[in-house]
Amino acid sequence: MVKDITIGQFFPGNSFIHKLDARAKILSCFVLIIFIFLCKNFASMGLMCFLICFVYALTRLSPKLMAKSLKPLVPIIILTSVLQLYYNNTGDVLWSYKKITITDGGIYTAIFIVVRIVALLVISSVLTYTTAPTDLTDAIEKLLSPLKIFKVDIHTFAMMMTIALRFIPTLIDEIDRIMSAQKARGADFESGNLLKRIKALFPIFIPLIISSFKRAFELADAMSCRCYVGGKGRTRMRKMSFSYRDAIAGVITVVICGAIIFMNFQFEALI
Amino acid sequence: MEKIIEFKNVSFKYSDEEFDVINDLTIDFYEGQFTCVLGHNGSGKSTMAKLINAINYPTSGKVTSFGFDTSNEENEIRIRQNVGMVFQNPDNQIVATIVEDDVAFGPENLGVPPEEIRKRVDEALKIVDMYDYRLHEPHKLSGGQKQRVAIAGAIAMQTKCIVLDEPTAMLDPKGRKEVMSALMRLKSELGMTIILVTHFMDEAVNADRVVVMNDGVVQFDGTPSEVFSHTEDLKKIGLSVPKPLELALELKKEGYDLGTKILTEDAFLEAFRSLI
Repeated sequence: MVKDITIGQFFPGNSFIHKLDARAKILSCFVLIIFIFLCKNFASMGLMCFLICFVYALTRLSPKLMAKSLKPLVPIIILTSVLQLYYNNTGDVLWSYKKITITDGGIYTAIFIVVRIVALLVISSVLTYTTAPTDLTDAIEKLLSPLKIFKVDIHTFAMMMTIALRFIPTLIDEIDRIMSAQKARGADFESGNLLKRIKALFPIFIPLIISSFKRAFELADAMSCRCYVGGKGRTRMRKMSFSYRDAIAGVITVVICGAIIFMNFQFEALI
Repeated sequence: MEKIIEFKNVSFKYSDEEFDVINDLTIDFYEGQFTCVLGHNGSGKSTMAKLINAINYPTSGKVTSFGFDTSNEENEIRIRQNVGMVFQNPDNQIVATIVEDDVAFGPENLGVPPEEIRKRVDEALKIVDMYDYRLHEPHKLSGGQKQRVAIAGAIAMQTKCIVLDEPTAMLDPKGRKEVMSALMRLKSELGMTIILVTHFMDEAVNADRVVVMNDGVVQFDGTPSEVFSHTEDLKKIGLSVPKPLELALELKKEGYDLGTKILTEDAFLEAFRSLI
């Protein structure tokens, strides 16, 4: 059950997107996420969707993979769009029955919300699917390093992220083990009402928390045995370098964002 | 041989316990030696291992590692640069999400230049025979492989001595064999000083020296064949002797004398063949 989670996973590959520098990927991903919210009409949204589909195709990952991680979100997407249809009463009335009024403004908002959620998910998945966790944390450490002037301890933050990522699979295995152990003692996780099921989770999480503390202490010992004293004076084996690919990605991002702004001015805003 | 680690009248007590885990212990460890520390649970063998590289400080007495007093906090980094440590649980000592990044963790902390780290990491992984797995994720490896990665992590720091605290306790027989042969390579190829804490008797047969701990003191100290000749005394403190030797001693009772220096299966077979 817990092993099906694909969000945040890394799928190694050799594509153009895989080879991009992690910093370039994070930055363009960030810019694109902002621009997803700036798309005000079908022309700009269409351009954004085209770009995102194109980028996903470039990763050479199977579309099925993306569909699989979108699947659990379908109820949320449907719910938000229905709520938009019901509550948003701007524009011309198209259909009305008792208290329910559907307007074209509502329909537009609903469509845009669905497209935005999906676009957001796809673009952030492209980032995590194609970037090794280590590269990701290294890149975040580098990108946030200017914050050092404000005495923010970026290194510790990045180290915490690395350790968290490292221990996700270990803890998932542990949950499986504890669940089996509790099942063997007659615990029941699959029947009963919601409250009962939530209560059934306590015997899993309490041992998990205790063992996590134990792991944390042991890991701290192991780290200090390997002379870890924080970020000061530390070097890195991997060196990050920008290449022509990152320049291409940057130019494409800038051009598309420019085009979106242009289209927003050119055509009527729908929401 | 040069003395590298020195315990002088060392006692140690955990703050929440009444009794001394280590009791007026005086012992030396020598450069290039493969020492195996045996003892049953609670004999103080793991505590002793942790005293060597300043995870534990002695309550009284003095531990000197590579000339540095472990009680002095300023010496901590210098001691740990010389003494690497491998723990029992392979999962709780791997820091990074990729094997080679984990091996690089130690040298990175020491501020070694990147090109040099690369070289050290590759060499360390080759010695423990994990080079082909350098880009793998640690959680997908077997226990024996994870422990070998942990050993590589210590070698990459170019420590002169490596202390292993029951590294095979959580492994299957195959993993144990892999770890032991990696240790033998460390000794033969790098001439490293190895201190192996274990409760598996058969891991002690290849050691240069066996130290048996009981109730915080050293009970026996000598070569494997010397120590294991005290069969009855070892049994009294809850330890057995290696299986081939046990069998040989049983045979001796029946009147077939194979000698008392049989520690490995090969030695047993040889003696047995010459007897019949």
